Amino acid sequence: MWSWVAHRITGVTLFFFLFAHVIDTAMVRVSPEAYNVAVETYKNPIVGLMEVGLVGAVLFHAFNGIRIILVDFWWKGPRYQRQLTWGVLGIFVVLMVPFVIRHLSNVFGH
Amino acid sequence: MSLTSIPKPRSTYKAGRSNNFEMNSWLFMRGSGLLLVVLVIGHLFVNLWQGDGIQQIDFAFVAGKWASPFWQIWDLAMLWLAMLHGMNGLRTIINDYASRGGTKFTLKTLLYFATFVTVVLGTLVIFTFDPCIDPASTLEVCTNR
Ligand code: HEM
Repeated sequence: MWSWVAHRITGVTLFFFLFAHVIDTAMVRVSPEAYNVAVETYKNPIVGLMEVGLVGAVLFHAFNGIRIILVDFWWKGPRYQRQLTWGVLGIFVVLMVPFVIRHLSNVFGH
Repeated sequence: MSLTSIPKPRSTYKAGRSNNFEMNSWLFMRGSGLLLVVLVIGHLFVNLWQGDGIQQIDFAFVAGKWASPFWQIWDLAMLWLAMLHGMNGLRTIINDYASRGGTKFTLKTLLYFATFVTVVLGTLVIFTFDPCIDPASTLEVCTNR
């Protein structure tokens, strides 16, 4: 249940971010300066922290999505529901911890 | 009273008959999801993990990537699949929460319009990208011609 709620919230979040992200990238058609100004906002520490949240949303949604697909299509999927959920959380932590360290040192170390 | 034979049901419902549109969009969510795992995580790996991560992103970085058809096709596939996957996901959510017909219609119209604009804009940007849009550019591709 909670994973269904989280899947929904992360999906909606990513959709709205993608809308904004296509527009900021479109600045490359205006001028190099316009694009550089747009991406400069992403290097700000507050937005840098929000990026951690966005990458977290992607990783959770992606691996929870694979879990949903396995439960739907793999004949043993429903039987291993519980293990699959722990697998999603495990992969999430294993990928998030190094990413957070690296990303925040890029954001705050420059 | 005892029944010796069960009467034939009058219902004409056939188990094999299903809503093809919903079935296809259900399948699409799963197919596009699997492709997006590779496309999106690969995108984050190259842009945010490798090199200086977020600090390396600027016009020259984009010009370097889109000099190769590989990344153009990558980004195009990611744009289309993510937008259609997200649109279809939001369509489900609107169906779940908006109870009034008018609200449903308005939200869906807005959703399809926003999706259309974003996909067209993104596609045009990828195909018409010009690394030398600035005539005074000092990028190697521009000074060497
Ligand atoms: C990274 C790989 C991704 C995978 C493996 C994935 C997988 C899935 C799956 C399996 C579903 C469930 C569909 C259903 O229950 O019928 C889903 C729903 C959804 N996805 Fe994704 N997805 C991915 C990326 C994205 C992205 C990038 C977005 C945003 C643009 C997104 C937005 C949504 C939305 C809004 C829903 C609907 C949620 C709901 O109905 O509760 N997904 N995804």
